[in-house]
Amino acid sequence: MSISLDLVDWLSLFAHYLVLSLLTVGGAISAAPDMHRFLVDERGWLTDPQFSSSIAIAQSAPGPNVLFVALMGWNVGLNAGGIGPAFLGMALCLGGIMLPSTALTYFATRWGHENRNRRGVRAFKQGMTPIVIALLVATGWILAIGSGHEPGNWRMWLVTLAATVIVWRTKVHLLWLLGAGALLGWFGLI
Amino acid sequence: MISPPDAPPPPRPQPQSLADLFLSFTFLALQGFGGVLAVVQRELVEKKRWLTREEFVEDWAVAQTLPGPNVVNLSLMIGSRYFGWRGALASVAGMLTFPLVIVLCLALVYTRYANDPQVAGALRGMGAVAAGLITATGLKLAPALRRHPLGLPLSIGLALACFAGIALLRLPLAYVLFGIGGLACVLTYRKLDAAAT
Repeated sequence: MSISLDLVDWLSLFAHYLVLSLLTVGGAISAAPDMHRFLVDERGWLTDPQFSSSIAIAQSAPGPNVLFVALMGWNVGLNAGGIGPAFLGMALCLGGIMLPSTALTYFATRWGHENRNRRGVRAFKQGMTPIVIALLVATGWILAIGSGHEPGNWRMWLVTLAATVIVWRTKVHLLWLLGAGALLGWFGLI
Repeated sequence: MISPPDAPPPPRPQPQSLADLFLSFTFLALQGFGGVLAVVQRELVEKKRWLTREEFVEDWAVAQTLPGPNVVNLSLMIGSRYFGWRGALASVAGMLTFPLVIVLCLALVYTRYANDPQVAGALRGMGAVAAGLITATGLKLAPALRRHPLGLPLSIGLALACFAGIALLRLPLAYVLFGIGGLACVLTYRKLDAAAT
């Protein structure tokens, strides 16, 4: 597809991600539905397959999942004319999603560190402990359900269960486990 | 609260320089398929020992509650603690730079391999393992609850309520974080008061 973006469009792309940044509690992926609304439905800068593949590629690559935002900007730029705009789109989207949240985190945590003996700060950090531990287990659960763990697909569940126990109880390097999972999938065993 | 007050704290490992931070987080990020957190916990708590398990959970609580990518927030917090804003920049740059290059390369070849059944199978297999990695990270941090001011039964109850809300009822994250999390903070606040007086 081919689109054209003028200066105002580029600025509105940047501004949109600046605003979304402060709404991404729990990770950038929580703002994905709104990105879809803006980029695909409202502006038509990105096709549906481009949107989905941006998320899929970033999740299958190493590194923070927030990089799917960079790929969306990259694809918008490609649609708008080539490699130069692609780099611009990538910089605007990734910069927009990162700047406000990292600035807030930086100043909030410095304040928190200077006031770390205050009762409120200690209560917040320690009070949230059970919540975030449970969130990790719940995230694993949701990932398992979401990646094709139908109730009948007992082999997928077995792999996830085995990986859980091995990581929990041993010091086997995580890349060996991921490699083993990739091989099992490659040969169609799961 | 965490270390016994009478013993002098032993000298503890910490990042040596901005380059150390950048390279450490680059190395972490490049190992993190399907989420970097499992690698961060393994490397920073178990191998490098920059953080104890309890400190890691507390930092993670902050990183998770503030907006922004969680692991990026966490790396920023650790970097800024040792080297101020330059440390924060070095850590975040380490987390993002090389992974970004890799993601772009993958995007260039993606259209060719997207429909290959073996590639799809490999990704599915890695997804199944990644789900296990993140679950195991939660289980490994769970012993931190033994020292929780609210006591083990109540903190486990709050954790179970949170798991049920997210995994089973599929409530939005913000409801659970600010609802159950807020309740947990208030209870802890009152408990800390009682302990102080």
